[in-house]
Amino acid sequence: MTGQPTAFEAHECENGHLTYPAHTRCPECGEPQTGTVDLSDREGEVLTWTTVSASPTGVREPNTLAVVEFAVDDRTVRAIGSTTQDVDVGDTVRPVYVEQLRDPDASFRATDRQSWDGYRFGPIE
Amino acid sequence: MDVAVIGAAMTPFGQRSAWLDDLLATATVDCLADAGISTETVDHLYVSNMASGEFEGTTGVMNALAADIGVTPAYTQRVGQTSASGGAGLYAAWQSIASGASEMTLLVGGEKMTHRSTGDSSDIIASLTHPVEYSHGVTLPSFAGLTARRYLDRFDVPRESLAEVAVKNHGNALDNPDAQFHKEIDTEDVLSSPVVADPLRLYDYCPVTDGSAALLFCPVPVAEEYTDEFVRLSGVAGASDTHVVHEREEPTWMGAVAESGKQAFEMADCEPADIDIAELHDMVTLLEPLQLEALGFADRGKGWQWAPEGRTAPSGELPVNTSGGLKARGHPLGATGVAQAVEIYRQLLGEAGQRQVSAERGLTCNVGGFGNCVTTAILEADR
Repeated sequence: MTGQPTAFEAHECENGHLTYPAHTRCPECGEPQTGTVDLSDREGEVLTWTTVSASPTGVREPNTLAVVEFAVDDRTVRAIGSTTQDVDVGDTVRPVYVEQLRDPDASFRATDRQSWDGYRFGPIE
Repeated sequence: MDVAVIGAAMTPFGQRSAWLDDLLATATVDCLADAGISTETVDHLYVSNMASGEFEGTTGVMNALAADIGVTPAYTQRVGQTSASGGAGLYAAWQSIASGASEMTLLVGGEKMTHRSTGDSSDIIASLTHPVEYSHGVTLPSFAGLTARRYLDRFDVPRESLAEVAVKNHGNALDNPDAQFHKEIDTEDVLSSPVVADPLRLYDYCPVTDGSAALLFCPVPVAEEYTDEFVRLSGVAGASDTHVVHEREEPTWMGAVAESGKQAFEMADCEPADIDIAELHDMVTLLEPLQLEALGFADRGKGWQWAPEGRTAPSGELPVNTSGGLKARGHPLGATGVAQAVEIYRQLLGEAGQRQVSAERGLTCNVGGFGNCVTTAILEADR
């Protein structure tokens, strides 16, 4: 909540393991994560998706969500996110920045607890 | 120290006018009466509850209950593990007896939810998700939709097979007077109900529920002083999986279910083929076959076949959710893991009325989050 757009980055430990989001210790080897890989300019593949027709207050409805896998060198890292339009399994998508993903004032979670901007997944143009 | 269960009770599940304190008090008093135990013998009191503060603005429910039912100065503790709080309570109760710290432990689980709108309830429950999930409006039902699509695609699963789980569990609940729903449904009802998280629909999901359930634990030698018929808690184990669901290597594999089951089977010195009856965490129809697979009852990718083939019916080789399960008995979050064990207790002692099956050993599996925290328990008849 600094006014800067929230980064869309995978986090990397010294053994080259990637995670999204960041962790205090790498879940695979227990080492600290020291590097980042920007995912915002990469293309990914839709692994699965759903369209939610019963959203909590302050969340758009319907809300299509997808799990997308990004290739980074010979590794992969996944992210979940809402989409800008309908998607299908196997589609190639790219991150699209959105200033407000849901209405923080209508959410149960404290508004200063986390950021509310981020990246949806949209089609390759 | 071998651990016995000597009493069980639950309130009717559904939309209740009572608040949590009354629901908990009713179940605990009924449980003590079921066992014929007076309040002054209770050493420990555990209260399994996910979110009383969030749902009704009430905290400290364990102390309030201890004082209200007259078990003070018993040690008391609230056990929170989201929707697996009840299962975690079984573990806490077992620890208290097995360690020798308590000779009489009362466990009660409860939740009061229906006074909130479905959207608010969904958001309270979704508050367990990681910020990168929560910011996109991810809910627990949406995890199920994402995972169901992958399961159906990967294992070439007919969509109707998941509907069969709901049909079975609604049928079972017809014979459970404490169940939330007493309504027979068919697969067409499920497949024509409103979409919640594509490809899953309203009748794939459990309802929002109020209710409470309780169990009474003591060492086996103490149980033998009180009764000729009791149940042994012969195995209980918990495990965790990733907090962020997309970090799991294969989302259709419930790793914490597998790990907790493996440990519970080892502790009870038995295997899946030795289990006569199970209560599984069918928050959504999909989870019943996924737990059958992770616990080792069904082969990988084949769990969906069990409901359509009648193998999990009351007359099948492994009756699953004779109570109606979360789907039709209802799912008052903190109560569910306890209610699962109440059902197994009653089945093992021949107290299950119209839904009675023949069983000597039963299993419960209580899932928190979308497989984030899981407790599996194995109970055996001693009569």
